[in-house]
Amino acid sequence: MDFDLSKPQKLLKDSARELLARQCKPRRVREIMETETADDGNLWQEMADQGWTGLTVPEEYGGLGLGLVEMAVVSEEMGRACVPGPFLSTLFSASLIERAGSDRQKEAYLSAIAAGEKKATVAQLEENASWDLDAIKLQAERDNGFLRLSGRKLFVPDAAVADHIICVAQSGECLTILPVERGTEGLNLKLMPAMDATRKIYEVSFNDVAIAGADVFGADGDVRGALSHALQVATVATCAEMVGGMQWILDTTVEYAKTRQQFGRPIGSFQAIQHQCADMLLMTESARSAAYYAAWSVNEGAPEANTAVSIAKAYCSDAFREVGNRGIQIHGGIGFTWEHDLHLYYKRSKASEVIFGDATFHRERIARNVVDKVTSRS
Amino acid sequence: MDLHLTETEQRFRNEFRGWLAANVPGEWAGNPNAEDRSDYIRYLRDWQRKLFAGGWAGISWPKEFGGRGASLMEQAIFQEELARANAPQLIGTIGLSLVGPTIIAMGTEAQKARYLAPILSGEEIWCQGFSEPNAGSDLASLGTRAVREADEFIINGQKIWTSFAQLADLCLLLVRTDSEAPKHKGITCLLVDMRSEGVSVRPLRQMSGDSGFNEVFFSNVRVPIAQVLGQVNQGWTTAITALMNERANLGSGAQIIFKRNLDALIARAHDIERDGQAASEDPIVRQRLAQAYLELEILRLNTNRALTSLTKTGIPGPEGSIQKLYWSEWNQRTQQLAQEILGPYGQLAEFDKGLWQYSYLRARGNTIEAGTSEIQRNIIAERVLGLPKSY
Repeated sequence: MDFDLSKPQKLLKDSARELLARQCKPRRVREIMETETADDGNLWQEMADQGWTGLTVPEEYGGLGLGLVEMAVVSEEMGRACVPGPFLSTLFSASLIERAGSDRQKEAYLSAIAAGEKKATVAQLEENASWDLDAIKLQAERDNGFLRLSGRKLFVPDAAVADHIICVAQSGECLTILPVERGTEGLNLKLMPAMDATRKIYEVSFNDVAIAGADVFGADGDVRGALSHALQVATVATCAEMVGGMQWILDTTVEYAKTRQQFGRPIGSFQAIQHQCADMLLMTESARSAAYYAAWSVNEGAPEANTAVSIAKAYCSDAFREVGNRGIQIHGGIGFTWEHDLHLYYKRSKASEVIFGDATFHRERIARNVVDKVTSRS
Repeated sequence: MDLHLTETEQRFRNEFRGWLAANVPGEWAGNPNAEDRSDYIRYLRDWQRKLFAGGWAGISWPKEFGGRGASLMEQAIFQEELARANAPQLIGTIGLSLVGPTIIAMGTEAQKARYLAPILSGEEIWCQGFSEPNAGSDLASLGTRAVREADEFIINGQKIWTSFAQLADLCLLLVRTDSEAPKHKGITCLLVDMRSEGVSVRPLRQMSGDSGFNEVFFSNVRVPIAQVLGQVNQGWTTAITALMNERANLGSGAQIIFKRNLDALIARAHDIERDGQAASEDPIVRQRLAQAYLELEILRLNTNRALTSLTKTGIPGPEGSIQKLYWSEWNQRTQQLAQEILGPYGQLAEFDKGLWQYSYLRARGNTIEAGTSEIQRNIIAERVLGLPKSY
């Protein structure tokens, strides 16, 4: 067993960190988040040049064809830099298309995504705001070789910059995946102003939008399986981002505790501060173990993958928020200001906590996989 | 990154799993926490003898000293398999995981020849005489004195919180041999026969009712200078070597008990009724059991990461230093959860042989023994995060 990054994985991590340290400084994050869509063409191009837009896309479609541990490595560094924009949305979409699309569809969608020419997002949540697949209620009505959508999706990230909005709906009793192109007649977007300004979320409404039956993603009949898998991939990427965010807060806070003087000594020499920092390290490292274990398990198709993903998301969701709480507390007043970058991460932690299911959601999944499998004594 | 076991590791696991299937004794029928534990202790000694006979004692030790030269990862597999097989705890654990490796690292040839084999077989049980009434977290301030007289040291003083002392044949003892030198520089480590004249042991009854700890008194105890482990006045180095082993090993050993405990709790949650349904159907109980489970899984993952780091670099990674803090606090939270799920039954001395009552109380000691949580956090802050010293 080797629970450590390999040499190439470490190189990938270093190069990602270097690039983002140059191209995505906090000041730039702020500039981008102040824009309407929080998407910056130059930054996107930089990432595309690195091949990140096709990180997990198979090589035959122009991607790097890397595994999920490598994806986690890059995502961790992105989280550390609090990279704004539609990277995660596009990655989720690409993963879904890869599982659900026909060869022709994969060729069409994935090549453009990998090249950085197209962006995409998945529209899943509805008013009930549940990530449970059974909570998807929006009906796609069959009509003469078309599927017609009327209704709305909520909390859809980056919808305003997505070339494809991949809508998950019900068709009869079955889940179905419908690509809706930007500018389609009847498609309307409305920003849902939220805490994390680095990734905008939208209400997406469909007013009798028609999608040709031939364009629907068939997923070889297993839409549920394809969506579950893509959700696992996106959840792992999110967890890795969260680890990166925690690491940034920890590093920044420890540095501050070493330099900030009160009572004639650095505050980091007080145990009340030291012990909070120690707890922050414990949470960050534990989150890292869980996130990479999940990445590896999903990549290998391990039987425990489903539980591993839920362990990671449940833990990271609580830990990122708590690391943020402690980080702000240790910084004192300056940590509470708009001027300090901590709030960028703190807001990201809340957005990351709820996307793809919060800790409560994932603990219930763990209960189903674990608690319900232990037999009673009687 | 490859979390699959290597072929060698796989072979090791299969071999040990097979051996365990044929050899693990049935669960102890009596109450393991009863006042008279002599039968239980015999049961545990028999178990270690069996492990030894099968070649499974001290697996991390080099082959030349009777071990298997197992890799760190194999040691972790060893612990996981013991847990999976519901094997009893190892009574000779201090000798196996702490004293033995320290003797191998620092002992003379004569010491190795004399002491190592009986540790493996469980014939000789060791205790560790480190803490004193006035030297707890600040261990280096210890005051038990050893004065040189010809070829002997004469020891006077007192140790406390000494696990296994009431059973132990031998003690790894820290004494002050130079009171003029700075506190870390005047300590010597001795291998002491617990049957020496002048040694007396007084069990300390814990709040859990049993006596795992003891006070050990030394009154003019004579110890030949050949019994020094390492160098005179350099016992602090020896102590640190031993303590590192203790912190690393206590964690992986504890995981055996934790896993079994949590499974037993989940099984109970299926049986116990709450508001007309099984407690395990209650959403809050489910949440909290899942949290306990996921945290225990992460403890295992952190252990594996720390082992990888230790194997590759010889230095434990940051995950290693958080282990003690993590498992001790986990156990306290989980025992509280057990009490809440079991309700009035949890307090009973005879329900599940007193397991829950005992475990709840015993867990209080976890954040104190082997370095308090406060000391662990100090260590993490200073040595891992590089914050300035606080004292």
